[in-house]
This record gives sequence, C-alpha cells and structure tokens, in this order.
Amino acid sequence: MQLVLEKRAERSNTIALVSPLIAIGLTIVTMVILFAILGKNPLLALHAYFIAPLTDGYSLQEIAVKATPLVMIAIGLSLCYLANAWNIGAEGQFLIGAVAGSWIAVKTQGTDVGAWVLPVMLVLAAAAGALYALIPAICKVKFGASEILTSLMLVYVADLFLDYLVRGPWRDPHGFNFPTTAEFDPVATVPLLIEGGRLHLGSIIALLVVAAAAILLGRTIKGFEIRVVGAAPRAARFGGFNANQLIILTFAVSGALAGLAGIIEVAGPVGHLQPGISPGYGFTAIIVAFLGRLNPLGILIAGLFLALTFIGGEQAQIAMKIPLDVTKVFQGILLFYVLACDSLILYRFRLVFPNRQVTRGAG
Amino acid sequence: MELVEAIILSVLAASTPLLIAATGELVTEHSGVLNLGVEGMMIVGAACGFAGAWLTGSIFIGALFGIVAGTLMSLIFALMALGLAVNQVATGLALTILGVGLSGLIGAGFVGERIAPAVHLAIPGLTDIPLIGRVLFGEDAFVYFSIALIIGVWWFLYRTRAGLILRACGDNHVSAHALGYPVLRIRTFAVMFGGACAGLAGAYLPLAYTPFFIPGMTAGRGWIALALVVFSSWRPGRLVVGAYLFGAVTILQLHAQGWGVGIPSQFMSALPYLATVIVLVLLSRARTGGSTAPAALGTVFVPDR
Repeated sequence: MQLVLEKRAERSNTIALVSPLIAIGLTIVTMVILFAILGKNPLLALHAYFIAPLTDGYSLQEIAVKATPLVMIAIGLSLCYLANAWNIGAEGQFLIGAVAGSWIAVKTQGTDVGAWVLPVMLVLAAAAGALYALIPAICKVKFGASEILTSLMLVYVADLFLDYLVRGPWRDPHGFNFPTTAEFDPVATVPLLIEGGRLHLGSIIALLVVAAAAILLGRTIKGFEIRVVGAAPRAARFGGFNANQLIILTFAVSGALAGLAGIIEVAGPVGHLQPGISPGYGFTAIIVAFLGRLNPLGILIAGLFLALTFIGGEQAQIAMKIPLDVTKVFQGILLFYVLACDSLILYRFRLVFPNRQVTRGAG
Repeated sequence: MELVEAIILSVLAASTPLLIAATGELVTEHSGVLNLGVEGMMIVGAACGFAGAWLTGSIFIGALFGIVAGTLMSLIFALMALGLAVNQVATGLALTILGVGLSGLIGAGFVGERIAPAVHLAIPGLTDIPLIGRVLFGEDAFVYFSIALIIGVWWFLYRTRAGLILRACGDNHVSAHALGYPVLRIRTFAVMFGGACAGLAGAYLPLAYTPFFIPGMTAGRGWIALALVVFSSWRPGRLVVGAYLFGAVTILQLHAQGWGVGIPSQFMSALPYLATVIVLVLLSRARTGGSTAPAALGTVFVPDR
C-alpha cells in the first residue's frame, strides 16, 4: 500500500477555504488524545481551552490584547512569505522595536514632558524593527546569505542585547535588583480603551494594519507584484518585477510591524521593559500567518484563535494543572495540520495497492 | 599548560554536539532535503535523552532515547515534506515549534534533577601524557563517536555506490527517478539519519556537557549546525573545521568572562550567533561563481507515474 499524490489540474478553491477548519478539527482530536495520555479529562480540558475564555469580559479583552501583537507581526510575515522571502526572525525585530521605543521612555522618565513621547516611541520602534530586518534582507540580496538563518541568529542577539540593557544601564534603581526598567510614565504608555480594563489602543492599530494590508494586496500594483513574485518567479521576471527589491521592501515592512508590536506590548500591557516580554509572539505569528492563509482577514481570525489558545492554556493550567507547554505543542501540531491540509489544495491523495497498480499500468 | 589543555578539552566538548547534528543534516541535504527542524529534533533529543538516563541510570540508554526521539521527530517531517509534498521550509519551522513545546512537556518533570555525566576515557599511561594525553585519550565516548561518524559519512558519500545514488537524488531527482531509484525512500532514510544525529546531539548536552536538564538548553545550536552545513560547502572535511571553529568561539566567550575582559557578558554570549551571520555572509559572497549546494536542495518531488 502506498500513498500517492496526484496533481490537481487547478487549485481547489473549496479546499482552500475549508482546509484551516479541517486542520483545527484534526488538531482538537489530537489534543483530546494528548489530554487523555496526560491523565486529564479531555472534555473539561477542551472546555477550559476553548469555551471558558469566551464566557467573561475580562478574558475576552485578554484575547484581544494577546491577538494584537500576533496579528500585527503575522501581517508583516505574510507579505514576506507571499513574496517568497523567509523572514523568521520577527521575534528579534519585536524585541529591538521594544528596546528602541523604550529608550525614549527611559530617558524622559520623571521629567515633565509632553504627549509627544508616545508617538515618537512608536515611530522609533517601527524604524528600529525595519532596520533590524533589513540586515538579513541585505545580506540575502547582496551576498546570497540564507535569510532564514541570519534572521533567526539575530533573534538571539536581540534577546541578549535587551537582557544587557535591563540588567545594566537601564535597570530600575528602585527595582530590588530585578532586571527591569522602571514603570513607564503615563505619557509614555499606550492608552486604554476601556477605563479599568485591559483593552488598549494597540488593538485599534492592529485593525488598521489589517485594513491597510488588505488594500495593499487587493487594490495596488505593489501588492500584485508581491503575489506574482512569490507565486510565479519566472513570470515575474518577464513582467519586469524586481524580486530583490521586493525582498527588501517586505522585510522592512514586516520588521517595522514587528517592532511596532514590540513597543505596543511594552508600553501597553507590560508597562516596562524586562526580559521575557514575549512568549514567542514572533514564532507563533508564523503559525498565525499560515493558518490565516497569508490573507489579512484570515490572519485576523487566526490571530484571535491563537490568542484564545494562549488564554485557554493559562486557564487550563490554573484550573486543571495542565502544563503551559501543552499550548506550544498544540500550536506546533496545528501548524503541521494546516500545512498538510494545504497540500490538499494542490494534490489529490490516493492510496495505491501494488497489485492494482499492475492492471492500471497495462491499461 | 593546564589552562591550554582545559581550553582544548572544553572546545572539543562544545564542538561535539554541533558536529554530530551538522553531520546528520549534511547527509539529509545531500539527498536534496532541507530540514530546518534540527533545533526541534535536538531539543526533544535532549529532554528524552535526559529522561532515559535518569530513569535507567545509564548514559548509553539515555543516548539511545535521544536517537529514537530525534528519529521519530524526523519521521513526522518525512511524512509531511516527502509524503505530502509540503513546503520544506515551513515544515522544518513547524518541527522546531513543536519540538520546543514537546521538550518542555517531557522535560518538565526532570528540571532540577541531576545525573552522573558520561565518564571520560582513562587509559593509564596514555591519558597521563602531559598536554596531549587528556586531549587525545581522555574524552567522553561521544567525542570519539562524532569523529568516527563524520569519517564514516565521508566514506559513505564519496566512496560507496549508495552514497553516489544518495547524492544523485540531491542533485537531480528527476534523473535519479528516471534511472529507477526510489527517490522518496532514499530521502526518507536520509531524513531519518539526520533526525537520529540531531537527537543524539541534543542528548549529548544533558548527558555529557552539563549533568542536568534545563528547558531550551539547545539555545540555537541546531540552527548553528544548519549554518555549519552551508559553511562546509556540503563537504565533510570542512564541516569538522567549522564545528571546531564554532566550538572555539563558544568557549572563547566563556573564558573571556573569566579573564575579566571589560565587555558585558551578554555581548560575549552573542558572539557565536554574530559569528554565524558573518560567516554566512562571507561564504555566500565568496561563492558567486555558482552554488556548491545540492542542485535539488529544498525542492518538492512528486513522482509522476
């Protein structure tokens, strides 16, 4: 018995739409098995993961807060992936953005400055993220160095740089020796949308980013170029599209968005710069991008879903003592199923039995 | 003198996991498959390796656990990238994301536990020779195995018929297929070999490098191993040189801290990663005359019947 792939004459649009749903279904089935192996009641666990967080206002806000960086980063990554540029260092660009924006917040701390601080922080963070992403992009375009490896190596460098700053020059002198900066001044923090709640302005910015990406991809020549270069590099060359230029552009945009997400996270929900500001947002965003089928609206939905798994994971840990790493396993399995189901768009799977193969060959 | 000896010993120890993981990936890439999941397979190998050794008290069984874990992980990759013809880059990333989660889950019960690390060879007389004695005759078994492994792989790839066929699959899968070689089956074996090596390399960390397990202890070594394969221009000899160079950079940063060099430790810790970027750039730049990578590397192959 052998699994055989047959190329479809044209991509199946039906499957393109339902494949993420099939993937989620298969992931949940796999999780039920995993919960059973861990000796937890699968139904209660599923409830804790997927239902409980949706039942109260606080958790709903928390989902939006978690989805904000995921969606912003994933939108940028989707532009890269559509253009066949493999930026997987968004985590580093996120951290560098957080650092660059925090710089102003730390330097102006306690001084009576105006409301210009926050906008400058956002701009600086986006610029720093873009510049940091340009390192692998330029190494790729100029020297042919694998952007996958260089962008990833820079994640570790960014992580260590942040660590150095909060343990060294930027450490809060009143912080009981914890590696953290002081809490940002109110003018240097992202305003809340609901008084006393958790939802902040960053979520609005994320929605604007989604809308902008939808317009870019659906309504502009640049967006068309990005999609053609990724889908049909040869055709793109005949069309006179410059693939290298698009690598630079998509990396810069994706780095800027990751950097922006970084400062929004630090100046918003976290409130100060410290190590561990990201539970792997830059990597989870890769899953969000693929689960959302590299489509802005899809990414918005996928981002909310992945945020749900983060919050659900926390609830499951508190309520049922399910280890937090289960959430990461869950996300990894989900990505596998998403990719496997994507294969169905281009291919038809068939099981072939050797004896039947012979008769087929004769005919 | 003793310091020099200590440095050489620690360089060898730091290089060994890189060498083992990179050797496995070298074979995988020669068959035409780019498996970016080395870090994921390594980190699961580390957790399973420690679990095995802790449960049985045997370093050898721990190493076997690591190998089996890495191989199983690589089978998931083979099923996806070869069986279902999914993009290899995306599948490799997925493998790493999954591996980090699984490793945390498996290793959670073992954090803080200790085991007796792998013993070092001691031959009376030989090991006592000043300077070279401990370096040549006083390593742990993994170090010797890693050298035997890369020599074996060189011999296999360039001196056997099977090795030639494997490289043919990596250079031109269509021709190899037309000649009647089972490209996908050969690639699956190559991926499994890479997984076994990555698992063993991961297991080396808690079994011989440090006697305990901490989450995330591979710290990007799997990615550096991938870069080493590029560094080596897919040649086993240069792979050895590269692995020891990187091991030396890793140890350099540790010792620089001890010597009180006035540079913050984080900057020294960033050295291996920065070195990787610089090496990748320099090498890719030097290779403008045409890539030495296997021609079919990373491409999807669906046999057309």
